[in-house]
Amino acid sequence: MTKNGAKVHYFSWIRERVGMGEETVNLPDSVETVSQMLQWMQGRNDQFAAALEFPDIIRVALDQQHVEHDQRLDSPREIALFPPMTGG
Amino acid sequence: MIAPKVIVQSDDFDQSAETRKLTRGRTDIGAVATFTGLCRSEDHSLTALELEHYPGMAEAEIERSASEACQRWPIDGMTVIHRYGVIRPGEQIVLVIATSRHRDAAFDGARYVMDFLKTNAPFWKKEHRADGTPGDWVDAKESDEAAKKRWD
Repeated sequence: MTKNGAKVHYFSWIRERVGMGEETVNLPDSVETVSQMLQWMQGRNDQFAAALEFPDIIRVALDQQHVEHDQRLDSPREIALFPPMTGG
Repeated sequence: MIAPKVIVQSDDFDQSAETRKLTRGRTDIGAVATFTGLCRSEDHSLTALELEHYPGMAEAEIERSASEACQRWPIDGMTVIHRYGVIRPGEQIVLVIATSRHRDAAFDGARYVMDFLKTNAPFWKKEHRADGTPGDWVDAKESDEAAKKRWD
């Protein structure tokens, strides 16, 4: 179960909509890519469905590295979901 | 290649003190380019911006852009400071200083770091409104993505 126990961080309006900043998630084995993970998370509850309503705009980092949605998950220790960045 | 100094902090910073740290005792530096980003009130509609960041990754992404700039141009010194937390209109948000023998590398290096930081460093701004209504998260701008492409 290499994908189990990944710490997932949520930021900005995604954090507000899902109602927490971080959690430990056990992803099912069928989830192999970032895009499959987003789809699975959407189905968890109403808050996640609202937060991830437009999955194309969600940015994802695996172990603090930006990744595309077709990226394979392998076994990240840390996953982060956030909207496009607005620093500077 | 020099190692850029990157700091993410809630405290304010002193641009001239940071510049002095890069130029003190040096006689080879001919150019210092500094960029300071400030919080705007948007015609007095905002009382503050609240900046959220992803600790660890924020520093790493700024460092990546700063190191790329130092590889691409002959830069002698670089300091980048980005603040988080509640920042009021007129207060400072971000500082980029690049020093070099000549002006082109200093200007280009500082601008490159700002262009990549805007779209790649995990920071998000939330508005605090003067009229007390709940503020929105600031939307990312298409123009920021376009600005990054100038360096392709």
